[in-house]
Parts: sequence; C-alpha cells; structure tokens
Amino acid sequence: MRRNQVAVVGAAETTKLGVIPDMSQIQLHADAALNAIADAGLKLSDIDGVATAVETPQQIAHYLGITPTWVDGTSVGGCSFMLHVRHAAAAIEAGLCKTVLITHAESGKSMIGKQPRSTPADSLNGQFEAPFGVYGPPSMFPIPVLRYMKTHGITHEQIAMVAVVQREWAAKNPRATMKDPITVEDVLNSRMIAYPFRLLQCCLVTDGGGALILTSADRAKDFPLKPVYILGIGESVESPMVSQMETFNSSRAFKVAGPLAFKEAGIAHKDVDHLMIYDAFAHLPLFGLGDLGFMPHEETGKFIADGNTRPGGKLPLNTNGGGLSYMHSGMYGMYALQESVRQMRGIAPAQVKDAKISVCHGVGGMFAASGTIIFTNEK
Amino acid sequence: MAEAQRARPKPTPETQHFWDGTQAGELRLQRCDACDHVYFPPRPFCPSCASRKVSIFKSSGKGKLYSYVINHRPAAPGFTPPYAIAVVELDEGPRMMTNIVDCPQTPEALELDMKLEVKFEKLDDKITLPLFHPAKG
Ligand SMILES: [Zn+2]
Repeated sequence: MRRNQVAVVGAAETTKLGVIPDMSQIQLHADAALNAIADAGLKLSDIDGVATAVETPQQIAHYLGITPTWVDGTSVGGCSFMLHVRHAAAAIEAGLCKTVLITHAESGKSMIGKQPRSTPADSLNGQFEAPFGVYGPPSMFPIPVLRYMKTHGITHEQIAMVAVVQREWAAKNPRATMKDPITVEDVLNSRMIAYPFRLLQCCLVTDGGGALILTSADRAKDFPLKPVYILGIGESVESPMVSQMETFNSSRAFKVAGPLAFKEAGIAHKDVDHLMIYDAFAHLPLFGLGDLGFMPHEETGKFIADGNTRPGGKLPLNTNGGGLSYMHSGMYGMYALQESVRQMRGIAPAQVKDAKISVCHGVGGMFAASGTIIFTNEK
Repeated sequence: MAEAQRARPKPTPETQHFWDGTQAGELRLQRCDACDHVYFPPRPFCPSCASRKVSIFKSSGKGKLYSYVINHRPAAPGFTPPYAIAVVELDEGPRMMTNIVDCPQTPEALELDMKLEVKFEKLDDKITLPLFHPAKG
C-alpha cells in the first residue's frame, strides 16, 4: 500500500456504551454504522464495501440494506478491525470498491443476540488446552506474564501502574465506564482473578459497537470532517493456542505487524505523538511497547511506572482509558481505532495537543493475531 | 444433578497416537525424519520443513515449568479453585499446557524453571491426561 492514499472519513461508536439491555448485537452494529454514515454525511447507498467480524458481511449488509461489490469477513478476534482497515485500503487502491463500512458490535454484557463462544472438543484447543481448566480469557491471556516478568525484570507494582495510569486518562472521558482514581495498592489488593492478575488488571465487560468509513484520499477532502489518512499498516497471526507461542518473552504477531506498519509509514518512533495498545489485560501495553520497538522489553515496566504514558507524559498511551477503564465489549480493537481517529481529528475528550501521528495496535485472541495502523492528519 | 465434568478431549485421526500413548503410560511426541525437528501438537507432517516423513517417539516425560497462572475465578467445570494452569517445556523442546499436581497451588511452591515429570491421570476408559508433578530428588 502507498502512504496516505486512503482515509477515514466517518467514525462513530454506538450512541450508548456500557450496559445496553434494549438492543441486540446486530442492532448495535446498525446503530454504530448509521452514526458513522451520518458522521461522514453519506447515504447508505454510497457504501459499496462491507467488512465485519463474528457476524458475517452478509448479515450486516442485509440488515442495513447495502448491496456491496466487496466484502471482508476476517475474524481473528479483537484486532479484526485493524486487519479490515488494511484489506479495505488495498481494495480501494485496487479499485474494487470506493467507500467501505467497517462495523463492530458486541452485546458482551447483556448477551442479546450473541452466540456464546465455544471450543469444540476435537479442535486442538479442545484437546490440548481445555482439559487443563482454561475458562475464558482471564485464565488464558495472563499465562505468559510470569515468564515475561522473570526474563525482563518486570515487577508486580510496575504492571499495576498500567491500570493506575489508564484510570487517569479515563477520568477525563465522560463516556468511560470507570472514572474514580485508583492507586497501585488498590490494584494489588483487588480481588484475585488469575494470579498474578487481579480484577483491576483485567478488562471490563460491556456492550457497545463502533464503525469506520474509508475512502480514497482524493475523495476524502470533499467530506465534512478533517480526513484521517492511513500512513502505514501491518498484520500477522501466530497460534490460536497461547501455550504454543514461540516464546512468552514477546509476541511474534506483534513483532511482525508493528515493524511492517512503521516501515510502510516511513516514520521513526520519536515521531509518534499518540499511541493506542489494545489492553485486554495489563501486560499488553508492555509487550506492545517492546515488540513495536519503542524500547527494549526490560525498560517497558519502568517507562510506564515513571509516568511517561500518563496525561502530560511524553508518550500518551490509551488516552480513552483503554479496555481496563473505558469499555471492553469483547473485541476492543474498534474502540482503540475510534480513539486514534478522534485524536487525529482533534476532538478527543483527553486531546493530545498538536498530535499529528497516532499508532493504533491491536491484538486478537490470546496473542493469536495482531494488526497495527499508523494514522496521520497531515497529507 | 451430576457434578460438572472436566472438559474431555476428543481425539482426531491425527492426534489418536498421542491419546493412545497417554493411556499406555507414554508421552508421545513427533520428530521429522528429514530435519530432526521435534514438535507438538500432533500433525502428520513437519511444521518446520513440510516433510511428511515423521516418526512418533516416547518423550522422557521430563521438563521444567515455563509459566503459569493460578486461576481463582471463574473456575472451569470440574475444577476447584485456586488451581494452576501451567505450561511445561519438555527436555525435547516442545511446550504443552498441563496442571501441576502433588504440589501446593501457590506462587511460593510453583517456582519458574522447577523440574517437572509427567504423571498420567486417567479420566475414563478412553482418556488419560498428561499432568506433571515436581521431579523427585
Ligand atoms: Zn522437518
């Protein structure tokens, strides 16, 4: 993909976030999609590309009344939407479609119109992980943490600071689910979920959705709001089984996707004004800082504990409050993308002054997949 | 009401030898005849060089504790919290998920890199699971 040839011209979340007991999952998709279409000043009939995850593109296209010429149903977990952005950008550049709608929604809390996740007993996960008592992401995602901490010299207090700092950002955001300040002691005394992680180091469980609209950069200038250009993108996958990662000292999927995006963007790490790293659990920002090349893994814990990512710090990170404090419907990548777009438009509740480049990094499954998008508001 | 049961694996043609092995008291791995790569989980080809010439062999059953969590909530059916979900690194190279038995389920007792040995736990007439316990001596 060439730099800055495709732009985000519409972006919106569902009207409500949090607990939404009066909407099914597919209606949450529609609510977010209609908000994004209105944000872009478009009509439904202008959309000729549809991408979504978990639900199929045909479910979303039919429900909304769209007749697409291009669809993408890539469903690799919470970073699916980062991959959709990459695939949509390539499709727009190739002339397969002009205006792509990407939707996410999840009735993660209310569970209305949502298929429960299941692991077939004859799948590899069903044979070689499920019998040992894994039961949902809190029992799986933190499995690498103790090894990561031992190898890189990271402390429990440093990882607790991830939650503390993100709560500081959430306090500035009226739509954040959790806004009350917390301390390292609060984190380390909260209820144990899966040692070494406690409640405040695990993501929220909420309802919500979001949608993006992409088109070519030459058309983007005719839209009502400032376009947000796509400067570089990367993607990769590793293993659906956390036990089969190449190493617990880093993520191979992160290490492929991140550098691909930086190389394509042609920027250095010091050029980054704003950073989102999908934080389903508190260790992910550490893995992200290291694997995306911001610093050696050994320095990630100290970097966050020293306050570099908090409001006023030199590398603002997860400025909506993240999956730990803003919201987490189950597939949070869309909300990270929404915050990057708000920051590039200059309309975020906790706006980073003069931010010109935003890096948005997502994870899918338990380090199973990854997508990195680098946005800019300057062409 | 019957007590909730631990998730049972259902073997496939490609993994049957592994589950036959645990029933026979053997932890079976595969090695590529072409490039010597030892791998897990089971496949009838080498994920390193794509050769279909691979052999099944008996692992030493020895390894060390690579990482773990101690799960408190929510607990999987058939498990009483807190219980450790561990990843063992076998002496032959591959890693696998398991539980650590004959050992307190505490951070103090579960030291990373401690030596472990396989211990087979029969679930029923069809399935025996490979669990691990601290190595003796
Ligand atoms: Zn081979």
